[in-house]
Amino acid sequence: MKIMKTRYAASVMAARIAAPMAAFAAVMTPAIAFAADAPPKLDSGDTAWMLTSTAIVLLMTIPGIALFYGGMVRKKNILTTLMQSFAICCLISVLWMVAGYSLAFTAGGSFVGGLGKMFLSGLKVDDLSGTIPESVFITFQMTFAIITPALITGAFAERMKFSAMLWFVGLWSLVVYAPICYSVWGGGFLGKAGVLDFAGGTVVHINSGIAALVAALVIGKRVGYGKEVIAPHNLVLTVIGGSLLWVGWFGFNAGSAVAANGTAGMAMLVTQIATAGAALAWMCCEWMTHKKPTVLGIVSGAVAGLVAVTPAAGFVDPMGSLFIGIIAGTVCFWGATWLKPKLGFDDSLDVFAVHGLGGITGAILTGVFAVKAIGGTSGMLEGNAGQVWLQLYGVSVTLVYSGIATFILLKVIDAVIGLRTDEQTEREGLDLVLHGETVP
Amino acid sequence: MKLITAIIKPFKLDETREALTGIGVQGMTVSEVKGFGRQKGHTEIYRGAEYSVSFIPKVMIQAAVSDDIADTAVETIRSAAETGEIGDGKIFVSEITKAVRIRTGETDEEAL
Repeated sequence: MKIMKTRYAASVMAARIAAPMAAFAAVMTPAIAFAADAPPKLDSGDTAWMLTSTAIVLLMTIPGIALFYGGMVRKKNILTTLMQSFAICCLISVLWMVAGYSLAFTAGGSFVGGLGKMFLSGLKVDDLSGTIPESVFITFQMTFAIITPALITGAFAERMKFSAMLWFVGLWSLVVYAPICYSVWGGGFLGKAGVLDFAGGTVVHINSGIAALVAALVIGKRVGYGKEVIAPHNLVLTVIGGSLLWVGWFGFNAGSAVAANGTAGMAMLVTQIATAGAALAWMCCEWMTHKKPTVLGIVSGAVAGLVAVTPAAGFVDPMGSLFIGIIAGTVCFWGATWLKPKLGFDDSLDVFAVHGLGGITGAILTGVFAVKAIGGTSGMLEGNAGQVWLQLYGVSVTLVYSGIATFILLKVIDAVIGLRTDEQTEREGLDLVLHGETVP
Repeated sequence: MKLITAIIKPFKLDETREALTGIGVQGMTVSEVKGFGRQKGHTEIYRGAEYSVSFIPKVMIQAAVSDDIADTAVETIRSAAETGEIGDGKIFVSEITKAVRIRTGETDEEAL
């Protein structure tokens, strides 16, 4: 995101200032020359789009993820699942204000930012981030910081203590999310190395996907997993949630242009194409192997496509995005229906298969399909094979750091307060025991 | 007085209700239930995980009728709810020892 901003700043500013002033060009020529070199100033079009994007990215978590996951759990655990997303939204908003934003987006070392903007102290109403108010940029990024840990909750659904979940998510946001975000977008070493991540394939999806896998392994399987019927209780909610994710994702991907421009438009178009391609790919794979095209399958495929096109959105053309979608839909289907049962872990709502594998697929394919004329960087198909290695570098660093840090955090919390609810609670349902409420 | 309990296929409910009101049955209670008989269960697949679901959704009708129309009512339900396929359901008939209409206090046949 940061890369994009600086890359486009000069030319965009020149064009923006020149266009409305065309009529006065003759008399104003010296002024235009001066303006092109001046520091960026607020653009109301960009700001309007980023305000909109911020609102619809928030919609991805509440109620998007909440409903998407809520429909997939058993009825006795739906409220606890909704509660996790909602509480994460509140907790991370406060933590982002306290320290998260500062750690992720202020100048610091190569791995983590500084503490200069803790509590957002000193933020003024006319502070800018590129061509938009910094307040808008902070809130936009806040919605990304919210959705990332909310995605992880699918891995430990139906069995994690609420208190342990809050501790884990709060610490994870500061210890894992903020540094990875800084490394890629805030001026850290991955971004400087040239790793491409337009809207968060690495920062959001690989990061949460590997954390989800580790969490599923550390916390263990649900009681009765593999022996009893543990089926989704209401896929209508899942379809609504998945559809809200899809719509919100336009804010996520097209909003990551941090401008209302051609890059945002192209990001929106390729997002739609990849998502549709992945949904059809998952549906067809399932139709062939399990004889029926399922509703859960097509929605899962759509989310896999959204994930995979996230790092690629500002860098690839429509054809590239179609390939990314089809490949991601197939890979994630394989991950959820073959790999997971084969390895035998209970990543309850397939966060690793969809976000981890989808994110990795998208990150690598961004290096393959990037088009110089679109995002300024060539991919392997344009002769820049090195970009694929760079992408793999970004993927590996994230997998290793997030995986290890997540493992340590979970082990420490387990030792101090315990991660899991007891078997009796799990049998009765977390809604009633943890929250004292039920859905009839 | 007889209590007729019929467990039928859900899509046969409207037809059965119409047939019963046609022979003078004044009211009934309907519940959505699950169970299995000779039809056994079915298989559901979620992201490749197959579950055999042993209880199938059915509708249970309970109607209290006077002795003189009990046999007609049973035959009416049987013909209305029949498809000829396995899983059409069952009808049980039992004695009612007392019936009271709450609003008026009327009892037995008058309360039906």
